[in-house]
Amino acid sequence: MTEPAALKLKDMLKKPEILTSGHRMCAGCAAPTIVKLMGMALRGPTIACEVTGCLEVATTIYPYTAWNIPWIHVAFENAAAVASGVIEAVDVMREKGRWSKEHVDVIAIGGDGGTFDIGFGAISGMLERGHDIVYMCYDNGAYQNTGIQRSGGTFPGQETTTSWAGKVSPGKEQRKKPLAEIVAAHRTPYVATVNPYHHRDFITKFRKALEVEGPAFIHAFSPCPRGWRSQTGKSMELAKLAVEVGLHPLYEIFDGTEYKMSGPSRSLKELRPLDDYWKTQGQFKHLFKPEWADFKKGLQEQVNADWELLKKKCGIE
Amino acid sequence: MPLSPKPLSNVTLTFLLLTRLRLKCGDIQVIAEDTIIVEDYQKFAADGEVHCRVIPVESEHSAMSACIGASAVGARVATASASAGLALMWEILYCAASMRMPIIFTVANRALSGPINIHNDWSDTYGARDSGFIQIYTQSCQEAYDTTIMAFKIAEDHKVLLPIMVCIDGFILSHNVERVEMLPTEAVENFLGVREPFIKLDPDNPITMGPLALTDYYFEFKEQQDRAMDAVPEVFAQVETDFEKMTGRKYGMFEEYRTDDAEIIIFTHSTPGGTAKAVVDVLREKGEKVGVLRLRMFRPFPTKEIAEAVKNAKAVVVFEKCRSFGAPSNPLALELRTALYDLEKRPMVVDFVIGLGGRDCPPTTIVEGYEKTKEYLKKGKAPLFETLGVRK
Repeated sequence: MTEPAALKLKDMLKKPEILTSGHRMCAGCAAPTIVKLMGMALRGPTIACEVTGCLEVATTIYPYTAWNIPWIHVAFENAAAVASGVIEAVDVMREKGRWSKEHVDVIAIGGDGGTFDIGFGAISGMLERGHDIVYMCYDNGAYQNTGIQRSGGTFPGQETTTSWAGKVSPGKEQRKKPLAEIVAAHRTPYVATVNPYHHRDFITKFRKALEVEGPAFIHAFSPCPRGWRSQTGKSMELAKLAVEVGLHPLYEIFDGTEYKMSGPSRSLKELRPLDDYWKTQGQFKHLFKPEWADFKKGLQEQVNADWELLKKKCGIE
Repeated sequence: MPLSPKPLSNVTLTFLLLTRLRLKCGDIQVIAEDTIIVEDYQKFAADGEVHCRVIPVESEHSAMSACIGASAVGARVATASASAGLALMWEILYCAASMRMPIIFTVANRALSGPINIHNDWSDTYGARDSGFIQIYTQSCQEAYDTTIMAFKIAEDHKVLLPIMVCIDGFILSHNVERVEMLPTEAVENFLGVREPFIKLDPDNPITMGPLALTDYYFEFKEQQDRAMDAVPEVFAQVETDFEKMTGRKYGMFEEYRTDDAEIIIFTHSTPGGTAKAVVDVLREKGEKVGVLRLRMFRPFPTKEIAEAVKNAKAVVVFEKCRSFGAPSNPLALELRTALYDLEKRPMVVDFVIGLGGRDCPPTTIVEGYEKTKEYLKKGKAPLFETLGVRK
């Protein structure tokens, strides 16, 4: 039996939550919301495999767990490999009559550190082998769990504890790894970027990811008040802003070739200036110093160019 | 009644692994690029001769990770690796043991880089000796084959639930061609049955595996792992008894060869055990009172049993293929000295590091070590360890 996704508020309230309250995530963290939205998309029995990270350590402090679905964590960089073992074992045991469920969805979850950087090899392997797994990255822009160190997912201009802003440095100077497109380049059947503010778009895409045969990848933007030095009550607003300024545009990529811009990004007449986003967070405050005016201008030009390129790929204008 | 043997010629290690693939009661075989083993494996898989699902992972780190995932849902899982591949798995070995996943792991013992080298020594699995894996070292293809079959039953026993390394000397044994008495597939399947997991990831009964355990519980997890290790000898003995009923063969935690009245006992394992036995035969003809204790089970280390077995000797001479840099001696001798320390009258322990990076260990190396040991006995003193067979 396939359960429908809960897209309407009244259905969402009825759908069993996969993550209970009482976990120890920080106030204002978007990751638990992301997990709950993921839960709204589920179609039946599901096993979650997670990498080491905030969500992992704060939801499973022994002897407690916040997870209502079967869940496994092994290490920082291997959820894609663990999930590969899970899905293949379930499959072969079903063939041999030792697994009663007709279907089980397997989801791998990782933060940006575990996904963009240390776990990337395992993800690439998982994609190449074509297992029927949904990998979701909740991207809060740094190794927030271990103390806000820069990752391949950190934005240029972002200050972290390993990319300090100082007299001669404007924070991280390198580009963010274009992860969704790198994943898509494996000719992955389905890739989508999502955002917890646009929850219907999120749930719809996650459901598509589950339903597609073979691997699928969801890149979720996840505000982090602790690391970003933003207000705890503003996380959903920041998620919305990230779309409006073009730092986390919402789109889908089918079979690695066909791009489709999603509603919230498609409906933007033009991008809002990055300043509107940067001024909401302590991690960008140095950018408003006069010495970084040129650097800041360069970043704006980069985002504008990336946006135009993405529109072109999506066949817009 | 033991089954009548089916001798086959030209049997290599591949057959040992093929056995696992052919078993209907096996589920998952995880492989990374590795050795001749996995190449032949995939060939058999391509011909549809296998009942296991093969996951061709991109790295050994992912291999052990995928093993854990598959084992967590209740599948019977095996993998193989060696040397640098094993080193890449390092982090996940500890997870596999701590999460109590009964994974069967064939290791062709080979040197670690650098310099890069492909040949046999024991640095790889000795380095993993504290990972929580059971470790059994074998001397022949037959023994490796038999031990692998028994390994599933030992690892999966609910009193144990630990992963297990079945170790074979790289090239010397892994590429050896030897007559092996293969068991009928059906007999092996009957012997092993289907794995019955103690707990598993199950949507009907959701559990959390691999949680965070801090100062208040981590230590208890480790205590339980240690208890599981303590349970191994008893389970091992029972499994060997059952296996002997089927085949007439058993091996024990170690093999004692002509040790009854031995004044000097050679203590080693794996293929040097075979060389040492041949040397002992020759020395005995010359009237020397010498024997061999060939260890099989290194983890858990049969401390009391070994102390008992060698306590009447004047000296125990260790030959081991690993150097523990900066250590007072080396892994095998360190364990032995600990085992003997509490004896009222301790034999002298002499430790020789041999064969690093596949350096040949001919009978003359064993004889040289033996002669040195006799000198040390006369002097009443031996160095903590020495290297043999190397340009100094």
